[in-house]
Amino acid sequence: MAEVLDREVLDKGYAHPGAVVSTQWVADRLNDTNVRIIESNEDPLLYPSGHIPGAVQVDWTNDLNDPVKRDYISREAFEKLMSRIGVTPETTVVFYGDKNNWWATYAFWVFQLFNHTRAAVMDGGRLKWQKEGRPMTKEVPQFQPTQYRAPERNDAQIRAFREDVMEHLRNRGRLVDVRSPEEYTGKRLHMESYPNEGALRGGHIPGAANVPWSRAANPEDGTFRSADELKEIYLKEQGLNPKDPVIAYCRIGERSSHTWFVLKYLLGFENVKNYDGSWTEWGNLVNVPIEK
Amino acid sequence: MLELPEKLRFLVETMASVQNQNERVQMLLDFAERFKEVPEQVAQRPFPEQNRVAFCESEAYVWAEEQPDGTAKFYFAVENPAGVSAKALAYILDRTLSGVPLDQVLRVSPDIVMAIFRQNISMGKGMGLMAMVQTVQKLASDMIRNKHQ
Repeated sequence: MAEVLDREVLDKGYAHPGAVVSTQWVADRLNDTNVRIIESNEDPLLYPSGHIPGAVQVDWTNDLNDPVKRDYISREAFEKLMSRIGVTPETTVVFYGDKNNWWATYAFWVFQLFNHTRAAVMDGGRLKWQKEGRPMTKEVPQFQPTQYRAPERNDAQIRAFREDVMEHLRNRGRLVDVRSPEEYTGKRLHMESYPNEGALRGGHIPGAANVPWSRAANPEDGTFRSADELKEIYLKEQGLNPKDPVIAYCRIGERSSHTWFVLKYLLGFENVKNYDGSWTEWGNLVNVPIEK
Repeated sequence: MLELPEKLRFLVETMASVQNQNERVQMLLDFAERFKEVPEQVAQRPFPEQNRVAFCESEAYVWAEEQPDGTAKFYFAVENPAGVSAKALAYILDRTLSGVPLDQVLRVSPDIVMAIFRQNISMGKGMGLMAMVQTVQKLASDMIRNKHQ
């Protein structure tokens, strides 16, 4: 998390305020060699069309996913990535992107699998930065490659596999389905306006609460809602308890990384995991329970 | 890949010949910047749902206007300002399929999307862009059917 806290963010009352920085915080550190700004979007052409000066692109498909199997990159590939973007273990990485930081939190989550904890998300992402008329450039920065030694990827703390979800179900643990109500009820097999990426069955994992991920963001500028507003949604409305283990899921684990971030860092949930297999796995499994 | 109309084949072959990733990205960005939205005399906001491309999260719309020679002029709108890839593809489809015999338009494989964008596209995004090609083909098909009625 960011070591220098941001007054603008502190006022929002988050459990771990260092996990979020404001656009002004970033603007003040464009030339700070200890800070690396990372843009992650759904459309990889968005970054080259214009980005925050000094920002590098980390693409969720090409940089974070294993090129062959459905998994994330290995320790060696992560080390190469960090070397390429000039990051050392001491560098604070700040993620931002389009769609209310949906992909930025996904990249943040993958970085946490390798325990790069000096990390934060820029509140409001690309939308807020542009709305404020802040500078953009097409110039792609070059950084001196670093020697980055990463630990082996540790999935156990923040990533759930299907066996974990089964066990969680048996323990009557809480799940949050962050997809749209139409996907949750099985009316759709995919997000509105998105293609079906292969789920054979519709519905949700039994007992899951439905809290669409975007409820955690202010639509006008993409910023995270304040802690009080988030507590109203997740604690009061859904009855989630920050001390209980929670698993979030969506379609392939990207939208749910946003909710994972909100629960863990903004509301201080102690044990929250992202099930990245999500509906494209669960909706295809044979003989698993499904509710509609 | 099935046979392609000449201009589209030339573009796909040109993109395939560009090995440098940055050069390919620059070409695609250049296409996106040249994209011109559907003129007001053809369509005005709010755009009708029937012209919307299904499964394209960039909120792309397509129109086809019949030309005197029996071909079509295709028009596009991309409502998502971050839909850079959709704008690039819209420009490509207009420049390479407008004015082409409709039966040739129908033979274009939506796989051209993967040939054009290659590693610059995810599976979901690729499917959305392929749907743009399929919408162009549906409009061409409707035009052929109307001619025979």
